[in-house]
Amino acid sequence: MAQLKLEKLNKTYDKQTEVIPSLDLLVNKGEFVVIVGPSGCGKSTLLRMIAGLEDITNGNMYINGIYSNDDTPSERGIGMVFQSYALYPHMSVYENIAFAMRLAKLPAKEIDRRVNEAARTLQLEPLLQRRPKDMSGGQRQRVAIGRAIAREPKLFLFDEPLSNLDASLRVQMRMEIANLHKRLGSTVIYVTHDQVEAMTLADRIVILNKGRVEQVGTPLELYDHPGNEFVAQFIGSPKMNLLPATLVKSGENTSQVVLDSGKELILPIRTPKSAEGQSVNLGIRPEHILWGEKNRAHYQASVIFVEHMGNETYLYLDNGNASEPWVVRNAERSAIVAGEAVGVDLPAEHCYLFDGTGQAFQRLVTAQASPEALISKKIVN
Amino acid sequence: MTTKILSLNTSLVRPQRNKRSLQQRRARAAWLLVFPALFLLAGVAGWPLLRTIFYSFTDAALDTPEVYNFVGFDNYLSFFDGEAYGVLGDPLWWKSVRNTLWFSSWSVSIELILGMLVALLMNQKFRGQGLLRAAVLVPWAIPTIVTAKMWGWMFHDQYGVVNDLLLRIGIIDGPLAWIASPTLSMWAVVFADVWKTIPFMALMLLAALQTVPADLYEAARVDGATAWQRFTRITLPLIMPAMIVALIFRTMDALRVFDLIYVLTSNSEATVSVSGYARDQMVAYQEMGSGSAASVLVFMMVAGIAASFLYAGSLYNKEKQV
Repeated sequence: MAQLKLEKLNKTYDKQTEVIPSLDLLVNKGEFVVIVGPSGCGKSTLLRMIAGLEDITNGNMYINGIYSNDDTPSERGIGMVFQSYALYPHMSVYENIAFAMRLAKLPAKEIDRRVNEAARTLQLEPLLQRRPKDMSGGQRQRVAIGRAIAREPKLFLFDEPLSNLDASLRVQMRMEIANLHKRLGSTVIYVTHDQVEAMTLADRIVILNKGRVEQVGTPLELYDHPGNEFVAQFIGSPKMNLLPATLVKSGENTSQVVLDSGKELILPIRTPKSAEGQSVNLGIRPEHILWGEKNRAHYQASVIFVEHMGNETYLYLDNGNASEPWVVRNAERSAIVAGEAVGVDLPAEHCYLFDGTGQAFQRLVTAQASPEALISKKIVN
Repeated sequence: MTTKILSLNTSLVRPQRNKRSLQQRRARAAWLLVFPALFLLAGVAGWPLLRTIFYSFTDAALDTPEVYNFVGFDNYLSFFDGEAYGVLGDPLWWKSVRNTLWFSSWSVSIELILGMLVALLMNQKFRGQGLLRAAVLVPWAIPTIVTAKMWGWMFHDQYGVVNDLLLRIGIIDGPLAWIASPTLSMWAVVFADVWKTIPFMALMLLAALQTVPADLYEAARVDGATAWQRFTRITLPLIMPAMIVALIFRTMDALRVFDLIYVLTSNSEATVSVSGYARDQMVAYQEMGSGSAASVLVFMMVAGIAASFLYAGSLYNKEKQV
């Protein structure tokens, strides 16, 4: 178990391409931190810098308070699981897991004990004599994890470990990784582009964009209080809708905005006086939009596309921007067809507000309304 | 209308009559395609080999091959008055066998080691990589005779660049007779051969190196493997199959060496190879019989060593699969 501290970490290639400008992060002992961001945001590079596979151009890295910039990967005491698994094809499962310990010249008895323990933990016992090519993706993934845990590392690094698995296996392995963390209590840094993995696995999520940390927080903190539009749209699926509006009245406890449709809304959001009169973006998640009566609704639009998921329905609304229509998530089946005109209501307690630069105004709602309340509202509508 | 239906029916009922099965047709096409190659091989390899084996049991002379008597195994080995005759009884044959094995083992091992180093270097990312890979092929592309003449000139005891260089650096006090000296001439041949065939070895190994995924090396680094351990535990086992193929090719070539030695050292006894020996019997002494016998022995030696390589390779694969 280890604590990891990154101080003004910088990665620059060839003295010109800056991938990570300056990054600070503290990962506590036993914490499961997920680094998530769109492809090309520098998350894999960051992980490889922590691993020691990539040089740190500038800044400092401490493991348990010890300066570790110049340590080799094995000196840092990390275990890493690669996206491609990176199993040694010419070795059996047993030898794959034992490799690091053999290099470290551990006694054969100890190696055998640790390999068997890792195999038991990951249900690999019947596979120990197999070679990687004779195994399924999920089994290979387990071997890769086994290789990492058998060394008893201070720090676990996962680089998109589930992206090569099919959907059902991904869910299963996600649970296994969560359980493993619970049982071993180790410090984990996990990189993914999949916000669902981030939400389900993380103690804390680090959202990375263009090499910068956008926000760090628990999954629900990021969902409820995103610091800016990027985070708001990155967390949650389908992503948050942004509606242009104007802030007409600021306030400590409530703010008043006018939508394009001319409808007014009073939101439990704190805005400064200086922002009054500015154009802002009102954010609302697809799952929070309610159907309203056509004439009195906050917004009226025609449905351009309907996706039936079976358990729920996604309806896409025409907002004049064909590439980014607004999405409504209906928690049940919907009889609405494409082309139909609908009215939607935006419940004030579920609204987010962002200024012209994309920064969030502070929401004053702490707890989400209970699901029952939502359902009863829908029935009324 | 009715006839149409009828004819349709018959074709449905017995399609086998007019048509071979797909598998049969494929096999036929395969034989058809392979036939020209088989024919050519039988003509240029099979027939001459049979003729050579045939003549090795006769006392024919090169200028009159149609006049011959069967002499059994006399060309290979025979005894008169307690003296051994025939190819196997000739001390020069055994000298040429020793020369050939010495040459082959030294040149192939040096090529393997240097070729590996060159391949490892070329496997790194750097600017002008493509150009270097093309440039490296030049020695391989030069005809052997030209190589031999070139090195012959470089090894010249008075005007050669090798002696000049060594003298200037101060490694030697006086010029060495690279080509004439019995001890040095074999090394001169090995040098020239190594220079010529490193590109082949390096490119074969480079192709194999490029099949090793980069993340295996990263995983090994995380596991704490040093550069040398990464090479011996990851690289070598993974490129072993390609390396064995390269070794077989090179060994076959080296065992049959003739032109390089013949041109570089003018067929002195110190460097004569088995192919050179066979050529001498056949052309210099005009003895078709013993020349053929020597050729058959060369063939058997090369084939035997190739077979043992392949056998070792299959053992290695079998062990890998267990």
